[in-house]
Order: sequence, then structure tokens, then C-alpha cells
Amino acid sequence: MTDQKSPASAPAAGSPDDAARVAEFEARIAQGESIEPKDWMPERYRKQLVRMMSQHAHSEIVGMLPEGNWITRAPSLRRKMVLLAKVQDEAGHGLYIYCGTETLGVDREELVDQLLTGKAKYSSIFNYPTLTWADIGVIGWFVDGAAIVNQTMLAKASFGPYARAMVRICKEENFHKKQGYESVATLANGTPEQRAMVQDAVNRWWWPSLMMFGPSDKDSPNSADLIRWRVKRDTNDTLRQRFVDLTVPQARAVNLTLPDPDLRYNEETEHWAFGEIDWKEFYEVISGNGPCNRERLAARRKAHDDGAWVREAAEAYAAKRQAVSAA
Amino acid sequence: MSGNRERTGNREQGTGNGDSTDGWVAGARPATATSGIVENPFFEYLLRVADDRLVLGHRLSEWCGHAPILEEDIALANIALDLIGQASLLLKLAGEVEGKGRTEDALAYFRDAIEFRNVQLVELPNGDFAATIVRQFLFDAWDVLVLERLTAASNQALAGIAAKALKEAKYHVRHTAEWVRMLGDGTAESHARTQRALDDLWPYTTELFLGDAIDAEAVASGSGVDVESIRPRWREMVEQVLGEATLTVPKDGFAPRGGRTGRHTEHLGRMLADMQSLARAHPGAAW
Amino acid sequence: MPNETASSVGASAENAETQWDLWEVFTQEGQGAPHEHAGSVHATTAEHAMQNARDVYARRGKLVSLWVVPTGAIVASAPSDAGPLFDPGNDKAYRHPQFYKTPRGVRGL
Repeated sequence: MTDQKSPASAPAAGSPDDAARVAEFEARIAQGESIEPKDWMPERYRKQLVRMMSQHAHSEIVGMLPEGNWITRAPSLRRKMVLLAKVQDEAGHGLYIYCGTETLGVDREELVDQLLTGKAKYSSIFNYPTLTWADIGVIGWFVDGAAIVNQTMLAKASFGPYARAMVRICKEENFHKKQGYESVATLANGTPEQRAMVQDAVNRWWWPSLMMFGPSDKDSPNSADLIRWRVKRDTNDTLRQRFVDLTVPQARAVNLTLPDPDLRYNEETEHWAFGEIDWKEFYEVISGNGPCNRERLAARRKAHDDGAWVREAAEAYAAKRQAVSAA
Repeated sequence: MSGNRERTGNREQGTGNGDSTDGWVAGARPATATSGIVENPFFEYLLRVADDRLVLGHRLSEWCGHAPILEEDIALANIALDLIGQASLLLKLAGEVEGKGRTEDALAYFRDAIEFRNVQLVELPNGDFAATIVRQFLFDAWDVLVLERLTAASNQALAGIAAKALKEAKYHVRHTAEWVRMLGDGTAESHARTQRALDDLWPYTTELFLGDAIDAEAVASGSGVDVESIRPRWREMVEQVLGEATLTVPKDGFAPRGGRTGRHTEHLGRMLADMQSLARAHPGAAW
Repeated sequence: MPNETASSVGASAENAETQWDLWEVFTQEGQGAPHEHAGSVHATTAEHAMQNARDVYARRGKLVSLWVVPTGAIVASAPSDAGPLFDPGNDKAYRHPQFYKTPRGVRGL
């Protein structure tokens, strides 16, 4: 079976990014133009996009696991279907973004290999365990909420396929956050056990959700280029603040407290000031020492390895059909 | 995935006219494993239709996040969602027919294994991808035929659910038939796994075509299916695809049964322990 | 120097692992609407691609039609072609209604 790539030709290896072409490229971006796969682009832009997009896709796929953990135990038929649909969407999102990444001249198989061998990163948040049903609602509220803040910005990214995947994803993601918050509100207004369950989940997921936006930009090596190239449009800190401002009133509306004694409204800036993030925990988690890193990768490796014979079978079948029709 | 073999002396095919160990005597009012008498035959019938889908949908949902390729995570979840959706509507209708105020969730989460009315085929553990696909295909081919008839049910609500479900089932069988071909006529390994799955699961298909007095009463009221009568067409459809897949049709022989009257394999109890655990830990709570 | 004329997709580097072919998906949202590019899926045969495309791209909303095309079958214009191919279409004002002055008040134009 011949491998086929998307209608892109990556810039020939070894061709120098000469200053004139870079200037022209950056001017296009400054004018708000979309860069498409066949356009000339600096190698560093291509590399950064492959890194960003593949990390994003990996996150969607790994993200299926903590939530998938509760599908079989969902406590009502409606919640069962909603959760299954949400996790299904996440698979779809991963797929859209992998396909978008493939337009940059890299195969999905390569990207998956990087994930499974631990070479590629994915969002730190998915290395935390879902210990109770309330975690599922809180994930929809916090984690999808944070993702929406990030993705709304990315929907205007300079690289066409990424922006378009983001637009599609944003449309679908809206129900994810809403159903999460609905579940949280139901629990918060439920039995004492349910209330305690959801408050505990909030206490465990709040800080990791803030860490999702990444370290402060002064500590983030790629930020400056990404902003100049309009792949990122806002700083990590800006996005994090946006998320906090959105979420605090939502927590108050259901009488849930956020585990931050330093949280207070600043009348002058009109933002919610919050406490110090423990970045040590963040770096531990992204370097492989979070609570579930090993389990997440093991699960993905198993699915991949167990599925090898299936993928080969499909290919063999198609090859036979081709041989028959060629004869 | 070898299920619990039923200890019944009766291994013949055909309608389930069993001896007294099956729990009822031919000609008498049919009994269930629990109560001994069926108060509401149509309610019983609806549970059968619903439970097949609930249990099978649940089994399929176990694959989410673990399928051989992303596209298949999405496809299997799609079938699972359709089945659970159908089960939900059917259980709601069943509760209304029963008239004791039980909602679809009450029926799904607060019945014990012995009160479930699905065929044993659907409660078996998933096994490998070949086993899951073969089981799904054998069910889907049957499902299309059943739903075609139920769209003409005299009970309007049932007919409506069946009409929507039929469109879904037609897509399901298209998907699983194609996979049976790909796996059967793929590599030597996929062929071996698929043949093994087929040999293991084939005995459980007999139960799909066993009708008893409950079915007869549903048929008489205009809202049932004469399952025995659809067997030849099912065999034709299935053998066609198996042939294309270069698979050998297993011989009929040992035929486990009992799910329709609550005599399940040991697998169902464990599956329900997982499925129902949270709901049962908080009885009366809203979610 | 990469080939910059209109080209069909070239073969890629060798892969150690198996990889299903890539297919582009086009969806039609409603009667009379044009088919639009929605994204891509991996699949082995056309039937398989059609099903995957349906599962991935048709879960929401009313689609009435789906096309799947092997990615390699798509012939795309190259960016350097854009000038000769597309600019001449932009500067022929006589192809647009605004170019023409007609007396006021005359209906049906």
C-alpha cells in the first residue's frame, strides 16, 4: 500500500530560510493571511506547528482515558450517553488535529510513535486520576472550560488547517463544558454525600487546571515566536486570568469554594487575583512523574499493540481487492 | 469468553419448550426465574427488547479509548450510543406499560441480574476485536430483521422507536459486515482469530430465534416478532458475508439459552456490579 | 527545489509501521449546497473511508451527501501559480454588474 500524503509538499530539506522569504512570510501573517500547507514557511514555523498540533492531538487522545474510566459506571442512562458522546468527540478532535498535522509532512504513525515512546508531550492535566463521579463533571467544567479559552484563541491561528480544526472543535466543545457544569450543579444541590463528592473534586482539580495554561511566558521558551507568527495570540498568563475570571462566578453560583485562600477580586484591574501556583508539581507531572503518567501511556501502548493485527488485516484486505481489480 | 454453560438436559433447537428445570411447563402460563408467574407479558416482552440493547451497548462502550485505531473508537462508540439510546426509550416505555412508576433508570440500575431479559450472547465479555465484531455482526443482522417487523407494531410508541432504530441498525450491520470481511479475508492471523470467535459465539445465536409464550402473546397482540420465522433470512444474510470473508459457517449443535427468563451466565452479574455500583450507592439521588 | 507546478501528491518516505491511506472528506450540508472540505480520515478501501468519514464528520447536523477522495487523487494548484491562475480574474471589471451604468428607475436589471 503506497503511503499518501495530504496535498502538501514540505519545503525541500536543506533549503536555507533566506531573509527575504522570511520577511515576506511574516508580512503575510501580519496582514492576517492564512498560511496553507503548500505555502513556503520557515522550517522553524513548520516544526513549532508540528509540535503544538501533535501535542494537542495527543492530549485529546490521552484525555479519553480519565473520563472513559467512568463510562461503565455512569449512574444514569442520560449521563452514560452524554459521557460516551463526549469521549467520542475527543477521539474525533484528536483525529482532526492529527490530520491537520499530517498536512505538514509527517505521518500520524510517526506522531503516535513519539507519544507511545514518551518523546512527545501532552497536556499535564490528563495525568491526574478520576477518583469519583464528581470528577467527571468538574473535568467538563474546568478542563474543557480551560480548553475552550485556549481554543477560541487558536481558532484564529495563522496556519489554516489548525485554525479550521479549532473552529470545528470549538463548536463541539460547547456541550462538553455545559454538561460538566450541569452535572456539578446537580451534585452541589444534591444529597450531602454528593455535595461532599463534588467539593472534593473541585479541591483536587482546580490547581492542575490552572497549570494547563503553562508556565508564565517569561519561563516559556517558544512564546515569542509563536506570538509573532500568530499561532498564539495571547500569553499564557492572559489566558489563565481569563479562565479564572470566567470560572469564579460560576463556582459561587453553586456555592462551591475554590481551594485558594488568596482568591480575591481586584476592583481596579477588574480581575480575580489568585494565589501562587506550585510549579514544582507541574514540572514533575510533565516530566513523567504525575499520578497517572505511566498508566496513561501503558493504556495507549496496549491499545496500539493489541490493535496491530487489526490494522494489518484491513490493509491486507484492501491490497487483495486492489490486486483483483488491477488484474 | 467461553460463557457459563447452562446445565440443562435439553439441547435441542427449536422453541424453548423445556422440561421443568427450565422453570416452566409447555402449555402452562410462562414463568420467570424470579416470580414464577408473569403478570404483564407485554412488559416482559419490552424488557427483552430493551435489555438486549442495554447490555450490548454497555459491552461496546467498554472499548472506548482502547480500540485498534482512532476511527474505530469513534465507530464503536457510535453503535454503543445508538443501542443505549434505544434501550433508554424502550425501558421508559416498559416502565409505563408496567404502570408501577419505574423509570428507565430504575429499571436499568436497580434490577438484579436474574431480572434481566437479554439473550446470553450480548452479556459475554468482549474478547478481542474479532470477537466483538463477530458478535456485533451476528446481532446486527438479526436486529435489522426484528426491527423491520417492529416498525409495524400495533403499539405506536414501540413502532416509532423501531423505525428510528432500524435506520441505525442498517448502518451498524453495514459497518460490522465490512469488518467481518476485512478480518476474515485479511491476514492469516486475523482469519484465525475471526474463525475462532465465530466458532465460540455461534452456539449463542440459537437463543435469538427461540420464541416462547411471551413472544407468541406479543405477536398475537400485533406488537411482537415471530423470531423463529426470521432464522432462514438471517442465515442467508450471515452466510453470504461469512462466505465473502472466507470463513466457515460453524455447525449447529450445543445451544445455550435461558437469558430470556433470567437464567444468565455468570458474566452478567459481574457486568452489572460495575454498571450499577454508583447508582446503587446513592439510592434516590439525582444525577 | 520542490516542484512548483500543479502536481499530484507525491509518495512519502518509508514507514516502518503500517499506515492506512489518507482520504479527504467533503460534506454537503443541505440540498443545493456545495460540497465543502471537512478534513481527512485514514481508511483502507472506499467503503471503509465512507463509513469512517460518516462517523467522524457527520455526527451533527443535517448532512445530505458525503464524498471521500484518496488524497493522492487530488491535484492542487501550487502557491506560485496563484498569480497567473487567479489574478487575471480579479481585474476584469467588465465581468461584474457594477461596471455597467444604466438609467435609473428601469426595473428588472
